[in-house]
Amino acid sequence: MTGKTLQEQETGRTAPREGRREMTRDVLLTIEGLSKSYPGVKANDDVSFQIGEGEVHALLGENGAGKSTLVKMIYGLVKPDEGRMTFRREEYTPSEPREARGLGVAMVFQHFSLFDALNVAENVALGMDNPPPMGELAGRIREVSEGYGLPLDPERLVGDLSAGERQRVEIIRCLLQDPKLLIMDEPTSVLTPQEVNILFGTLRQLAAEGTSILYISHKLEEIKALCDEATILRRGKVVGTCTPRDSTAREMAEMMVGAELNAPQRAPINPGPVALQVRNLSVPAPSAFGTSLREIGFEVRQGEVLGIGGVAGNGQDELLLALSGEVKTPRDCVQINGLDVGDLGPNERRKAGLCTAPEERLGHAAVPDLSLMENALLSGAVRKQLTKNGFIDWAGTRRFAEEVVKTFDVRTPGIGTAARALSGGNLQKFVLGREIMQEPEVIIVNQPTWGVDAAAAAFIRQALLNRAAKGAAVVVISQDIDEIMEIADRFAALNEGRLSAPVPTQGLTIDEIGLMLGGAHGMHEAEVHHVQA
Amino acid sequence: MVIGGIDIVLLIASMMVAATPILLAATGEMVAEKSGVLNLGVEGMMIIGAISGFAAAVATESPFVGFMAAAVGGAVMALLFALLTQYLLSNQVATGLALTLFGLGLSALMGQGYQGIKPPPTAKIDMGPLSDIPGLGPILFNHDWVVYLSLLLVGGTWAFLKYTRAGLILRAVGESHDAAHALGYRVIRVRIAALMFGGALAGLGGAYLSLVRVPQWTEGMTAGAGWIALAIVVFASWKAERVLLGAYLFGGVTVLQLRLQAAGIAIPVQVLSMAPYLITIIVLVIMSAPRGRATLAAPAALGRVFHASH
Repeated sequence: MTGKTLQEQETGRTAPREGRREMTRDVLLTIEGLSKSYPGVKANDDVSFQIGEGEVHALLGENGAGKSTLVKMIYGLVKPDEGRMTFRREEYTPSEPREARGLGVAMVFQHFSLFDALNVAENVALGMDNPPPMGELAGRIREVSEGYGLPLDPERLVGDLSAGERQRVEIIRCLLQDPKLLIMDEPTSVLTPQEVNILFGTLRQLAAEGTSILYISHKLEEIKALCDEATILRRGKVVGTCTPRDSTAREMAEMMVGAELNAPQRAPINPGPVALQVRNLSVPAPSAFGTSLREIGFEVRQGEVLGIGGVAGNGQDELLLALSGEVKTPRDCVQINGLDVGDLGPNERRKAGLCTAPEERLGHAAVPDLSLMENALLSGAVRKQLTKNGFIDWAGTRRFAEEVVKTFDVRTPGIGTAARALSGGNLQKFVLGREIMQEPEVIIVNQPTWGVDAAAAAFIRQALLNRAAKGAAVVVISQDIDEIMEIADRFAALNEGRLSAPVPTQGLTIDEIGLMLGGAHGMHEAEVHHVQA
Repeated sequence: MVIGGIDIVLLIASMMVAATPILLAATGEMVAEKSGVLNLGVEGMMIIGAISGFAAAVATESPFVGFMAAAVGGAVMALLFALLTQYLLSNQVATGLALTLFGLGLSALMGQGYQGIKPPPTAKIDMGPLSDIPGLGPILFNHDWVVYLSLLLVGGTWAFLKYTRAGLILRAVGESHDAAHALGYRVIRVRIAALMFGGALAGLGGAYLSLVRVPQWTEGMTAGAGWIALAIVVFASWKAERVLLGAYLFGGVTVLQLRLQAAGIAIPVQVLSMAPYLITIIVLVIMSAPRGRATLAAPAALGRVFHASH
């Protein structure tokens, strides 16, 4: 083999480091000058780095920085336009995932690649190229999953599993193929802090056994806790590399964003009278895989921000539907400023002062093929009086939409643009702006900054705080604990359709939050390590 | 065994014959829908099968060649549908309806000159002493080969979907084409294969009408059998065993109401004629009523357009 000479030729950007590790690692994967263009956008531009054996390598970048395209090229889902890769010193040009898997590259997807109506074993079998017979496979799933502290029942339907358990299915699917390189695309976005700890324990165990891990994230604390090396992408280009343990989160964030970040400012609050009161709210699950709401009760005062945390699928969507009026409840379950609105629809609740912004921007908060102006009319008609005797006041609607676009810095060619054409962050700014500009007395948002870049997220949080400062009651439903800690005054956890009693966010630790979120279901206590030192 | 002037043994035997076209078509459509494609063109594929099978059988004097030609005819129609919906991303519902209209028209054109001709008879399989068993013999062991083939196909489809890897991949594609694509499965190829299988079975079902059940060619002779097959698939919750039940129930009531008409029962003919449709749908609706389970059975990606974005 000519391995040595090849290795000497390698020109990765990560210079060899001294000190941290005594022995130099063999290089597993080298990426050189990889580029990929889509019409109108260069997703990756001359990207190079390398991953050593047993190394945990972070790929850091904002949404749209080109991380996903890059890993899709490594996994054989996308062909690069230029550049080359070597894997274990051999030329590596996977034409399809099967080939990548055959060589020992496995991937855990950001949006899970699972099938709800199939059971765990069937899902695992689908991700393998030569699966053993089902009976044998079920035994191996049990064995391997317990060996890594991620117990799984092979017979269960995946649709019935929690987000954390679903991720375990993906990881086990990879592990059963004995991978050399494990790619993890934003694995912690759906996990409770305890589940994150367990996942990290598993990943460290894997790395110690010699498996390399390519870890994609924009969560800096996690990268500091887990990764040996980091490559930072911005707009498709490598903008820097660092050793996360030796860098501060702030340094990495500024490299990632390319600008200085401002934490949201908030004025001290003094809460007024109760603006939103929810009592004994129970709603049956709307679909087979939905969650029932059980006896939810809370109140929010004027000027106050209540953060509702929880892992996806614990009733967030259902709670928003019940509060917005899309699902009706008994009359006295929901009260706005002392007025019973439980049996009223969304427009009547808007009239009473409640505006909402659901999680799904395209298709729920906004009609994809209608223009921004028309979308502004749809929710703003009641409070901004944009209709008269059944006719639309287009001039007023135009003014309203333009005001939203201007005030909330929505980057769009004009208000005639279809909602579909806007980027996620811009559309979210528009949706939030549309609701906030109606000057609601109660505003409820679900996942306000999901999939939004850091600058837009900061803007949105600030806008919500400003609304609270003007005396509105704000409810933020979010899976991002950091977000809640940043803007909420009180925190409540949603777990299997039940809401915990709200507690002040000040002085709350991440462990306490994790326990409120229901901790880690069915996990081995011994496997729980701590992220924070 | 004669009740109310109706011989039960003969009734059950003719029920199996009456049910076979629908059973074949519904089994094929179930496979197509399991892969996530809604093909409303079953009626059109059946009638194309009916005429191509009829023409080929008359030309070669061989019913077997006729059935093969019918399967090919149905599969070609399905391929046309597949090209339109999978590559050109046309709307599945509209394309399926158009396929039915196209099939009805094309079959009328192809059938010019075949009206009034008798096709070569499809022989019953000689099972020797088995068919002499009283009761069971005439019911189970006195049919032509297509009846047995249809039962084999239902059983085979059930086992294929439940036990084989290819069947698992087909179900996975129908559950979530994006996830299947991400794992590296060829969604479009799987769907085209499933559609063509569905088309071939619909063609066989059509030929069974024109070669055995009627047996002659008349325009529009499928008379809604394709639509009933579609309904049976949905109400059978995409389960092979229930498709069998639904098809036999429909066949049974069809035969029964004919006998009742012949026996001169005092029920209006119109009510009797609609009874098979009504009873089949009602029974299957009741069976699929527990909502949780039925919604689980429906392929989640059914009718959704797949377009690989990368």
